[in-house]
Amino acid sequence: MSATIRTSVGRPPSHGPLLSVEDLRVTFTRHGEEPFKAVDGVSFDVHPGQTVGLVGESGCGKSVTSLAIMGLLPKRGNHVEGTATYEGVDLLGLSDKEMRDRRGRDIAMIFQDPLSSLNPVVPIGVQVTEVMERHRGMSRKDAMPHARDLLERVGIPDPNARLKNYPHQLSGGMRQRALIAMALACQPRLLIADEPTTALDVTIQAQILALLKELVQDTGTALIMITHDLGVVAGLCDEVNVLYAGRIVERGDRHRLFARPRHPYTHGLLSSIPRLDSPRGEKLNPITGSVSDNLPWTSACAFAPRCSHAQEDCRVQTPPWEWENDGRGLRCHHPVEAEEVGRG
Amino acid sequence: MTTEPSYAGRRKERIDALAAHSFDETAGVSLIVSAWRRLRRDPVFLFGLGITVVFIVLAVISPWIAPHDPAAAPLLDKVRPQTNPVPGPEPGFPLGADDRGRDLLSRLLVGSRQTLVVGVFATIFGLIGGLFLGILAGSFGGAVDSVVMRIVDVMLSVPSLLLAFTIAALAPRPSQTTLIIAIAIIQVPIFARLLRGSMLGQRSSDHVLAARALGVKKSAIVFRHVLPNSMGPVIVQATLVLAIAIIDAAALSFLGLGSPDDRQPEWGQMLGRSQEFIYDHPHLAVYPALCIITVALGFTLMGESMREALDPKTRR
Repeated sequence: MSATIRTSVGRPPSHGPLLSVEDLRVTFTRHGEEPFKAVDGVSFDVHPGQTVGLVGESGCGKSVTSLAIMGLLPKRGNHVEGTATYEGVDLLGLSDKEMRDRRGRDIAMIFQDPLSSLNPVVPIGVQVTEVMERHRGMSRKDAMPHARDLLERVGIPDPNARLKNYPHQLSGGMRQRALIAMALACQPRLLIADEPTTALDVTIQAQILALLKELVQDTGTALIMITHDLGVVAGLCDEVNVLYAGRIVERGDRHRLFARPRHPYTHGLLSSIPRLDSPRGEKLNPITGSVSDNLPWTSACAFAPRCSHAQEDCRVQTPPWEWENDGRGLRCHHPVEAEEVGRG
Repeated sequence: MTTEPSYAGRRKERIDALAAHSFDETAGVSLIVSAWRRLRRDPVFLFGLGITVVFIVLAVISPWIAPHDPAAAPLLDKVRPQTNPVPGPEPGFPLGADDRGRDLLSRLLVGSRQTLVVGVFATIFGLIGGLFLGILAGSFGGAVDSVVMRIVDVMLSVPSLLLAFTIAALAPRPSQTTLIIAIAIIQVPIFARLLRGSMLGQRSSDHVLAARALGVKKSAIVFRHVLPNSMGPVIVQATLVLAIAIIDAAALSFLGLGSPDDRQPEWGQMLGRSQEFIYDHPHLAVYPALCIITVALGFTLMGESMREALDPKTRR
């Protein structure tokens, strides 16, 4: 109950969010090892039709967040706390069976590697119809025309022939399109895309992103976009959450966040991207150090050892989450000031 | 408890290493396609395949091409127990006869049928039993897995041929059927462990995660997504088991644990009967032994080169 109150303080919505993640925590416990907090109190909302980005480097907890929402983390060795309220129902409190009924019907997911995410020994058509057989109670014969339309919808040429193809007979881009078709087969209201373009080459990446954008606009499906690629975020997301070491460190509307990053980590990510319009010979500004330098959030800012703005208090005091007046959120003692941003 | 790997431990390790081959089969069907491309040019595989095909064809058509009835004794009048117990070659009988005047060539030809029957059926029954236990352990996990795998481990800890002897000897009357059952049972734990290991690898694969993310039911996950992708190492093993079954069957009938009826020729049994004449007439032992070795070699070469071709680590 307190969860809903907090949400309404943070963002007064005219209509409720489709998915509201509140204080999600995932702890990995391995026998004989210190418990590791992979996700450490993540909260965010997704409104119908909205595209929300979760951005961060490897190991920041973005994929674990999505798997936890989907209930796909192995039971053993993982402890999940918090709530993920989808249309008034806490997904994390559902039984395995109830969750299985929702996956693919209400929420679907697209994975990183389209080659290994398709069953190599089953034709594409059977894999697409499987979802419809499962959730809509259709027979395979009845579902086939729908599967054909879906493949056509996601831009696969000659869909009738492709239905009979095996995954290895399709190119990487085609496979990712087929996976998107499977995810959309039951018209879910929420789609989670976990680095959907990472395994594809650049031209195909652009096509897949354009397709996702188009599908989201046409169907009104909400999208959670998980990526380490700020270019993907820039083209697609309405709202961006920047994750660092299991916590959201900055959140904001895409345009404002890119124009004026406040957190030194976001700023660092943006200035470490090579730009065509930067002067010749200018060096890139990578973020120094690695995640292994992190401090625990409990008594410090985890990013402090790698941060150019870090001061004494960053190493002894956890920065609180603060909302700024333009609807942005930030977790930082010493944010980047506006005049510094122009450079980089 | 033991410091160095026990007999059972070594066998388990070997089976698990085989199962691990399926783990990085991310390329799936294309792996099989590329394996076939390599096999087609592999002389070892082609040699093994050649032997196997010739053996199977001969076994099927042997009753029609055998020059004589293997049960009849046309040279019985040439058998002299004191001076010439085994009649030598003569026109119409290129390999001579055995100690009862029966044509040796015909008996060798027709004997291939029994060998094929034992090999194929022992492998099929062993495969069915192994699939059943392996699916049970690999799909339920937890307590079911522990119980099934402990039973399998106990079976693996007994040397397989010894176990087969024991089972065959327990039968009230030795026959071809008890032989098949005994050899099938010793293959069950090997197939079960192999399949389970392979299924565990598949269960944590990306495409199974993707299927789970679409809400696919557990039964469909097992039978459509996990099992078909786990069969590779099991099928390769089945080829090798054919060779093992043929050798084991010969060993058991050599010791008199096969069918006592010698009107139906069988290579192991012929080998057993030849013992009496081994010094003066070694050819009686050499021919059936050569047959057994050649056929077992054929299946082994075929199976080994298939396993190598399907192993992603040796893939170029």
